[in-house]
Amino acid sequence: MSNDDSERLQYAVCAAIAAKRPLAIRGGGSKAFLGRAPQGEPLDVAGHSGIVNYQPKELVLTARGGTTLEEIESALAEAGQMLPFEPPRFGPGATLGGTIACGLSGPARPYLGAARDLVLGTRVLTGRGEILRFGGEVMKNVAGYDVSRLMTGAYGTLGVLLELSLKVLPAPAATRTLSQERDPAQAIELMNRWAGRPLPVTATCYDGERLYVRLSGAEKGVAQAAAEIGGEPLAGAESFWREKIREQGHGFFAGNTPLWRLSVPQAAPPLALPGKQLIEWGGAQRWLRSDAPADAIREVVTRAGGHASLFRGGDRSGEVFHPLPAVLMTLHRRLKQAFDPDGLLNPGRLYADL
Amino acid sequence: MSVHLPQRPAPDPVRRADLRRALRAFLPADALLEQEEELRPYECDGLSAYRQLPLLVVLPRTVDEVRRILRLCAEREVPVVARGAGTGLSGGALPLADGIVLSLARFNRILSIDPVNRTAWVQPGVRNLAISEAAAVHGLYYAPDPSSQIACTIGGNVAENSGGVHCLKYGLTVHNVLAVRLITMDGELVQLGGEGLDAPGYDLLALFIGSEGMLGVVTEVCVRLLPKPERAQVVLAAYDDVEKAGAAVGEIIAAGIIPAGLEMMDGPAIQAAEAFVHAGYPTDAAAILLCEVDGTNQEVSEHIARVRELLLASGATEVRTARDEAERLRFWQGRKAAFPAVGRLSPDYYCMDGTIPRRKLPEVLRRTAELSAEYGLPVANVFHAGDGNMHPLILYNANNPGELERTEELGGKILELCVEVGGTITGEHGVGIEKIRQMCVQFSPEELHQFNAVKRAFDPKELLNPGKGVPTPRRCSEYRQLPQHRHEH
Repeated sequence: MSNDDSERLQYAVCAAIAAKRPLAIRGGGSKAFLGRAPQGEPLDVAGHSGIVNYQPKELVLTARGGTTLEEIESALAEAGQMLPFEPPRFGPGATLGGTIACGLSGPARPYLGAARDLVLGTRVLTGRGEILRFGGEVMKNVAGYDVSRLMTGAYGTLGVLLELSLKVLPAPAATRTLSQERDPAQAIELMNRWAGRPLPVTATCYDGERLYVRLSGAEKGVAQAAAEIGGEPLAGAESFWREKIREQGHGFFAGNTPLWRLSVPQAAPPLALPGKQLIEWGGAQRWLRSDAPADAIREVVTRAGGHASLFRGGDRSGEVFHPLPAVLMTLHRRLKQAFDPDGLLNPGRLYADL
Repeated sequence: MSVHLPQRPAPDPVRRADLRRALRAFLPADALLEQEEELRPYECDGLSAYRQLPLLVVLPRTVDEVRRILRLCAEREVPVVARGAGTGLSGGALPLADGIVLSLARFNRILSIDPVNRTAWVQPGVRNLAISEAAAVHGLYYAPDPSSQIACTIGGNVAENSGGVHCLKYGLTVHNVLAVRLITMDGELVQLGGEGLDAPGYDLLALFIGSEGMLGVVTEVCVRLLPKPERAQVVLAAYDDVEKAGAAVGEIIAAGIIPAGLEMMDGPAIQAAEAFVHAGYPTDAAAILLCEVDGTNQEVSEHIARVRELLLASGATEVRTARDEAERLRFWQGRKAAFPAVGRLSPDYYCMDGTIPRRKLPEVLRRTAELSAEYGLPVANVFHAGDGNMHPLILYNANNPGELERTEELGGKILELCVEVGGTITGEHGVGIEKIRQMCVQFSPEELHQFNAVKRAFDPKELLNPGKGVPTPRRCSEYRQLPQHRHEH
């Protein structure tokens, strides 16, 4: 499905500017649960879709913001390639624009890069009603400020993502997942020990009982690394990483207890917090199911050198993302002002003040 | 050479004397340079065709001194140009006549290395290579390796988002820096990023990296360290036709191999490099490719075998695998010495830095050769083939009247050609002062306006490195009025 809806979107944003009417940008609606509650009239981007340019030999794909991840990933698979950051979908209609706006990355993130690492260029509809292009379709580009990466994870508060160019990678020739029983401290230590050696590790996870590691790359390289790391081979590994971990289908994620995402230095020791934890990303991403008060969680995580966000559920009326120091918040406000002077795009979705 | 120098008010001797007095009040005597002979070494960076003496040079030692310098300059509205080792190639550290140069040369300590988390906190004046040297005992290294890595500093790398020959696999500075601490022009200390893999809020770290000293002054950098690959191996392939070499690059990538380094040189560059370092290059080749793969022992063996097959099938006239580490280093030595080697052929050379979609290589090389003939100036090509970043080297003699101006004009046309085929005017050297006019070709007035608004969010009075990186709309409208420079998207 290919459709250029940018004129209508630009018209809608200009009308909103004239009426000073806030807009809630919406793609597939799969990530409406993230961030603070959407406010404003819906601006539907899903109709602005289609792959605009895909050159497998250049490792670059450009698609409109409303293109579904499903369409993109099947085009890539046909050419034996993939989105290296393994974005979670959290729903059938997940779009590229929403994925980049939320800055979400999956299990391969510490090893193959985050969404922001792979964004090469954007076409953005700003809160001034202008369509601007930043970056491009090449790997190396330092002309002008890196606005494309600034847009990644900005939750649509700086602009509507009309088009994105991403670096893609060949899918690995071989993949193997191994698991072993460990306690949390040992699991973190092992994840970091492996990452300090030149091994083809592409995902790690500790579910409270077992430590899982995925190796991907050339056939012989994976076999050599598997022999070195040891552990039991996991059957159904592909669906384990995709459905259980990336899409949060694992039993750990079931139920209504608030889900927190804790981002800490990879080797940070186990965090003493009430509730269950699931550790990913070589120790850098820790999921917590806990009813503990936000302040108590944030204090422990800050002391460990990280930050905490209330990912799913819980009280979403306050700040769900980690509060920023005053100087940093000032810079955020001024940047918001620079892209969206009337504060109309996804107001309050990231922080109450933006 | 005054055509693109920033238009600045003439320095006022009274203001200069006042500023000097105010700086002296808190800076030690050896942290302030004011005599002409002391200022002279700071008059240019690696783009030495542009020279300008600053008002004063300050060489602070502490973060507090940097903060007080910036506060004072903000109060008095004195422009500040931060400087690392001065190896930049786009004039980003060129002084301004009415501004000071803030040298970070004395911030040269590695503060800590954490081998378990694989990170290091370093001061901005630490040399790029010094980080890898210090991390080597842990089997770790810092991946981005610009060709100036012996001399260039990490602060400068952050300012330029520097790359190197291993970018396709290991990324640029932006992929290898976890956090920076900086001081804004108002003297506020801010940390962007953190020791984890992400930070809350906007990705200001990504915005800051590559901002060419226009948003803040870096005082500390936290870099990511990677494990040294178990083995690296390089293959050299020779071609009688540049187009075949270009196609071979696409074949390697289509086969699912991401080489650690993938470089191309054309005939003139090969001959110059061979005459200089005797790397054993085939001097009758129209192009050579150097393809390095790294990883675990088994992985490298598997990939090297595949790369050799692909290169032979792509019409290479010769394919050689380095027999040992000494030969591997010799293959690379020719590539790494390509700039000085070309420099020996001519009194002066001018290095360009466009990036293009790789499939456009034959067209760009052909049209570059046509432009070279039109201007009567030889061009040698060195190309980071893996990521599309080209470095055409224009040979000229600055002593011939008008030749530098013609060289710049030719360079500008080559960059505009890169934009025309869907690329960019700069892959890794930055815009600085050098490519400021071509920014008007790559970006629309609205986009440039947006860049200026980003700048003002950090530096409302526009005192940090003003006139660099992003042109003012007025300068662009003047440039666009020149024939054949209309903006097209």
